[in-house]
Amino acid sequence: MEKLIIKLQDINTWLDQIIEKVPRVIAPIKYGQKAEFALIKNATDVHYDSQTTISSVKSAAFPSTETLFAYAKNGPDTKLYNVAEENFVNTVIWRARPCDAIAFKPMTKIFNSDYQDELYNKRYEKITLVTFACNKADEFCFCTSTGGGPGSIENSDAMVTVIDKEKALVEVFTEKGQQLIDLAKELFEKADESIDKDAVLAKIPQKFTKEQIHDHIQNAFKSSIWKAQSERCLGCGACAYVCPVCTCFDIQEDSHGNQGRRIRCWDSCGFQLYTQHTSGYNPRPNQAARWRQRILHKFLYMPDRLNIYGCTGCGRCSRACPVDMNIVEHLTSIANSIHE
Amino acid sequence: MSKISEKAAALLQEGAIKMIIGYEQGTEHPRPIFCHTPEDCKKLIFNDQCKNNLAVYLTKKEIVDNDKIGVIGNFYVVKTVIQLFLENQIHLDHFLIMTVDEAGDIITFGNIDEMKQYVASHEPPANPTVLAAIEKIDKMSREERWAYWKTELSKCIRCYACRAACPLCYCNRCITDVNCPQWLEPWSAPLSNIEWQINRIMHMSGRCVGCGECAAACPLELPIGLLTKKMGMDIKDSFGEWKDGNVLSTYKVGDKENFIH
Amino acid sequence: MPYIMVIDKVIVEAPGVKTLRLRFQNEEEGKSFEFKAGNFAEYSAFGEGECTFCIASAPTRKGYVECTFRKAGRVTFGLDRLEEGMTMGFRAPLGNHFPLEDWKGKNLVFVAGGIALPPMRAVIDNVLDRRDEFGNITIVYGAKTVNDLVYKEELNEWNERPDVNLFQTVDPGGETPEWKGKIGFTPNVLAEVAPDSNNAVAIVCGPPIMIKFTFPVLTNLGFKDENIYTTLENRMKCGIGKCGRCNVGPYFVCKDGPVFCKTQLDQLPPEF
Repeated sequence: MEKLIIKLQDINTWLDQIIEKVPRVIAPIKYGQKAEFALIKNATDVHYDSQTTISSVKSAAFPSTETLFAYAKNGPDTKLYNVAEENFVNTVIWRARPCDAIAFKPMTKIFNSDYQDELYNKRYEKITLVTFACNKADEFCFCTSTGGGPGSIENSDAMVTVIDKEKALVEVFTEKGQQLIDLAKELFEKADESIDKDAVLAKIPQKFTKEQIHDHIQNAFKSSIWKAQSERCLGCGACAYVCPVCTCFDIQEDSHGNQGRRIRCWDSCGFQLYTQHTSGYNPRPNQAARWRQRILHKFLYMPDRLNIYGCTGCGRCSRACPVDMNIVEHLTSIANSIHE
Repeated sequence: MSKISEKAAALLQEGAIKMIIGYEQGTEHPRPIFCHTPEDCKKLIFNDQCKNNLAVYLTKKEIVDNDKIGVIGNFYVVKTVIQLFLENQIHLDHFLIMTVDEAGDIITFGNIDEMKQYVASHEPPANPTVLAAIEKIDKMSREERWAYWKTELSKCIRCYACRAACPLCYCNRCITDVNCPQWLEPWSAPLSNIEWQINRIMHMSGRCVGCGECAAACPLELPIGLLTKKMGMDIKDSFGEWKDGNVLSTYKVGDKENFIH
Repeated sequence: MPYIMVIDKVIVEAPGVKTLRLRFQNEEEGKSFEFKAGNFAEYSAFGEGECTFCIASAPTRKGYVECTFRKAGRVTFGLDRLEEGMTMGFRAPLGNHFPLEDWKGKNLVFVAGGIALPPMRAVIDNVLDRRDEFGNITIVYGAKTVNDLVYKEELNEWNERPDVNLFQTVDPGGETPEWKGKIGFTPNVLAEVAPDSNNAVAIVCGPPIMIKFTFPVLTNLGFKDENIYTTLENRMKCGIGKCGRCNVGPYFVCKDGPVFCKTQLDQLPPEF
């Protein structure tokens, strides 16, 4: 792992070099009072003051709508066509948060358990993640409770930590990260040992551990806590869609007469019709069952099955929820409760 | 305890009311709360930040069964209850509808007429920012307007928070979930997102109470509240003031339907 | 990507229920295609979408695969409109299979209801093609009315065989004057037939409510949980354990099932 220093004023110079050489650069830009990830053409587009974005950046590897294949019918016959390779381009995600970088780990595991999802893999292998450590956090953040942290280097290719008004620490972890450094080598110097990254990181108190949640919910299937917590939930899909780990999708047919394409698009287990059978029978008929599924899936089924947790503590779900289903509040309550 | 909490606790203790839906303090804004015990009622608050339209819960079978429920809501909640009643979606005798006046006292509505009187005399003034935005779009040419909405709505991720937050979107199977025939493409794409909003507005025409929760619920803060507001203004100009329910669906038994063959 | 299949034959089994016999458009693909009884597939009606059904023919019968479905929604209506000679899609083999190797030498009891006979038929025909490897075979099959019984010809064949005990039943009120089989709900008929649970395995398939009532009958007859199997149905889309729809507890019905034994089912949350 290399530790370098870059002057703050040179960061955009470096970014401009990246923008010139890499076909797709995604970074947070100003979005009203908040910030959102978008394609950028100039380094000055980046909203450096933002703390986090509304949506996650999972759409870089798992777009909200994606073609699986196309078909064309000709009389009784049908021909199928694969997705063209030009769709998968080199991408740099700039100023992701540590919670975004970590989130790609469970996503990659889901898409590669047994069957390997080619479309996801092709997109993901072309992504380089340049993460910026968090100097500030808000009350919705809880990365320290899910095994992450504001300076966590897990899964990043390179990490930038603003140390003070003049300089930033740049840590390089992978070959991909090094290639980006090489685009503007002259801007970097070796960092000396006195640089204290932890001192400038945001302070996020740990509220619980993910293992606590896992152990608590193991026997809580019949608990009344699910109904109590989900009473105000409206059953929209906002939490699942902004979540960097949620990968549930639907498969639909975009048909126009004799030709069309089969696509996959985001879906949410919170929707009432998600598990409804054609017969009308619904195994999860009420919101309590669906809320329970969300938590159990992320904190029990996924760790048991894939050895990885399904939540990175980014807090986007709570910020996006129209009725303030604050997941930290709910999880803390679960961690501290007793179940019959 | 505040006056509201006391009143609510008293109602629960008397036994006739089994649950009270109101507002409590949330992380940054007030949010809905379901009080099952007098202890729960201590959390009840009421102020002008209480925006959620609690009437959205009144048509949910898993929350509302046969017990009597109290609702302490804002102006729009009362207006929505009237609309739900006129659309035959709720039994008024299952609910005790209340609101809170400027002095912090609870107003309890005994019947639908009292609610109508209250609504007729307490309509909040229109938001000048919203009106200014509508005026700006009105002045655009057709091409500019199309470009504006296409840009805005291409960001939509079809999470349906707007639909979920709206108390008048109570269809068991929304048009966007029907696949035989596939009226709307259920995935996010610029054109189909525009179609979804058009559909939503059309289905709200004449029924929307103007609470603005659709726009408040949108996680991407898309300007969809402008659409409902503008629709409401147009309906008022063409069909008259909202009062007795659906201005677009009035009919008499003697009407001739000879336009449909 | 799905295989392209050509429809060789369309058989109308019952009102609203059809069987399609499919062959691979690409013969090479057809020759190398293998599956096991219990596997299911995602069948595409291009332009409408995909639908999940079992593969209703036995893997021992080469050259074709069959699927049986009831017209219920958009895709099945689309499949219903297809005629012989037309093409459709086929993604298979998906899911797990019945552990036939474990059942060698044992007596087999098959219980099925209505449209749930297709998944059973794959394994029944498979077993019949390897008849010597197994003990007694008992089949209890019921449907709402006589007309709703599927695979009528095959049922006759099974009836004629001396090495198969077939009991057909229809729900009370579903019989016709010529009906010679039993009358009663499938779980009740099963209790009446009372197959011996010694060295036996029971395989059940049917709507959730039928399974719910059949399990206690089997337990009462002495069948142990690890010897009771079923094939589950849940809303599935991708069939490969990715989209999350059929997730029950830590399992995906499409990937870890659809064949489960009762001991596994009892450990799952009741969300199927």
